[in-house]
Amino acid sequence: MTTSSPQAAGQRAGMKKELPEHFRSYKHVWVFIEFEHGRIHPVSLELLGEGRKLADKLGVELAGVLLGSGADSLDDATRNCFAYGADVVYRVEHPVLAQYRNQPYTKVMTELVEKFQPEIMLLGATVLGRDLAGSVATTLKTGLTADCTELAIDDERSLAATRPTFGGSLLCTIHTLNYRPQMATVRPRVMAMPRPEEGREGRVVVYTPELEEERIITKVLDFLPDDAAEASGLAFADIVVAGGMGLRSEENIQLVRQLASVLGGDWGGSRPLVQKGWIAADRQIGQTGKTIRPKLYIAAGISGAIQHRVGVEGADMIVAINTDPNAPIFDFAHLGVVSDAVALLPVLTEAFRQRLLVNRMAG
Amino acid sequence: MRIFVCIKQVPDSAQIRVHPVTNTIMRQGVPTIINPYDLFGLEEALRLRDRFGGEVTVLSMGPPMASESLRKALGYGADRGLLLTDRFFAGSDTLATSYALSRLIEKAAEEQGMPHIVFCGKQTIDGDTAQVGPGIAQRLGLSQLTYVSAIDAVDPEQGTITVRRRADHGVQVLSSRLPAMITMLEGSNQIRRGTQNDVLRAARSDITQWNAAGVGIEDLSLCGLRGSPTVVKRVFAPSVRSEKATIVSSESGVSATASALIEAILERQPALETDLLEQASGY
Repeated sequence: MTTSSPQAAGQRAGMKKELPEHFRSYKHVWVFIEFEHGRIHPVSLELLGEGRKLADKLGVELAGVLLGSGADSLDDATRNCFAYGADVVYRVEHPVLAQYRNQPYTKVMTELVEKFQPEIMLLGATVLGRDLAGSVATTLKTGLTADCTELAIDDERSLAATRPTFGGSLLCTIHTLNYRPQMATVRPRVMAMPRPEEGREGRVVVYTPELEEERIITKVLDFLPDDAAEASGLAFADIVVAGGMGLRSEENIQLVRQLASVLGGDWGGSRPLVQKGWIAADRQIGQTGKTIRPKLYIAAGISGAIQHRVGVEGADMIVAINTDPNAPIFDFAHLGVVSDAVALLPVLTEAFRQRLLVNRMAG
Repeated sequence: MRIFVCIKQVPDSAQIRVHPVTNTIMRQGVPTIINPYDLFGLEEALRLRDRFGGEVTVLSMGPPMASESLRKALGYGADRGLLLTDRFFAGSDTLATSYALSRLIEKAAEEQGMPHIVFCGKQTIDGDTAQVGPGIAQRLGLSQLTYVSAIDAVDPEQGTITVRRRADHGVQVLSSRLPAMITMLEGSNQIRRGTQNDVLRAARSDITQWNAAGVGIEDLSLCGLRGSPTVVKRVFAPSVRSEKATIVSSESGVSATASALIEAILERQPALETDLLEQASGY
């Protein structure tokens, strides 16, 4: 939301250096553990991996903050937090917290921060995480940086949170210099999943909140789970083919789907296709859509603005097809073809199909 | 029903260019639009007014030229537009923005009465934070309902509302109380074409402008740069990979290029061929 120029940004950084006295006792790195329907969201484990690095750099503890109800499943989740790197788990168990609702979760998170005073708090940039982070940052009147693509600790022990800006055409590094905690959200799959260490142990801090169901104004009447078969497995696919405005028409999206189908992969598209209504929002790849980490990513007719780039950089191999040899996508793709994607895609699909057929018969 | 809709005038991101040499944003001449995510809230507000009667007020914070976006919203059918504009708001981050907008909402509520619903965009296309709506809800004590795909029922008399909310892995059906802050999911509706009357009325209407003092903001340290806990230390272009993409091409046409591309992919990622064969065995 900040709309200053780079020059103004420099002046501003000079304005606020001193951390007020009452914030100096704020210590340790927290990760909010998104725990719903008996499972931890993978982004929370990815954040424990990233939080571990920040905590080690600062020489402080890493804590997972776990809210929910049901002792057995919370026991299991607590063990997982330790296995993925937490030193401490703040555990808050209450029937009111069984399903996520903004009001009780905001209340509990605000109380925990005020009582235990962390210097950094990370949340997943999911539907739940974004709903909660915006509320908690407001009650605490602290800084929150959304959708970070890189987190680091600078020489003054301050969190340097980097994210795309200006509609995804540049990157900016944001600090919260004189408020605590420094809050940031990160999208799923942006950070690598750490390797768990089974049997790793830590300390549990139990917090008992005062919550009464009668005082919670929002009630969950029902939860309608998505059809698992319909849900897109895009974020975890090994091979992804995506299209952009270079496809020129809605009809040509089938060219992307056909190649993905022959490769046994999944498919998606860039943000303009969603804005045009050509593809569903859950097929969007990029900063405001899905972040992917496939072995092979083929981008057809996508120019490669930062918005898109930050969503695909984790791919092992990026192949770009674009008519414009100066398109930014060629700056970060490994292989490129300067060609019209609409002409190349069907030929490429057929060539892959043939190659697989020949090999299968040979094998 | 009294419904407020917060909108933001944003540069049309599809038309922003980065200067190839200096890597700075070229903002000159980039047209501005109403943040597309805000229009889903505006349409939902107009539909509720169609059903229940009442008024739809659009509100914005921004430079004086943001009144154009408010006027555009009147052209879609909104009843009145309010703009909060003051140089003290320059450089606001999301915390300072939600403060200023919540004061504007309170000011409007003094004159019109407390709104039943405040719609905000799910996020903006220039900031992409999704933080201002929740910030306003917290500050005004509104029931916070984000990522709403449908409003199933609303009763302004009883002050109750039932919505469907997109969650991970499914849809929550929530009942809650008014007043509520709602952000609508994209695709949940489509903004109407304003009637000719609306468009004519919009052209003639005055957009009411307030400054910080006008909405009762006395402590300017809560506004703009000074009221923003986040500090942008650096804005930069992403580093270019040391090597650019290896360009695959063939003089002999598209098929030869396709074959060359497949060879190049498999040469660099030999394991892919085995993976592909395993997947293909399902044929």
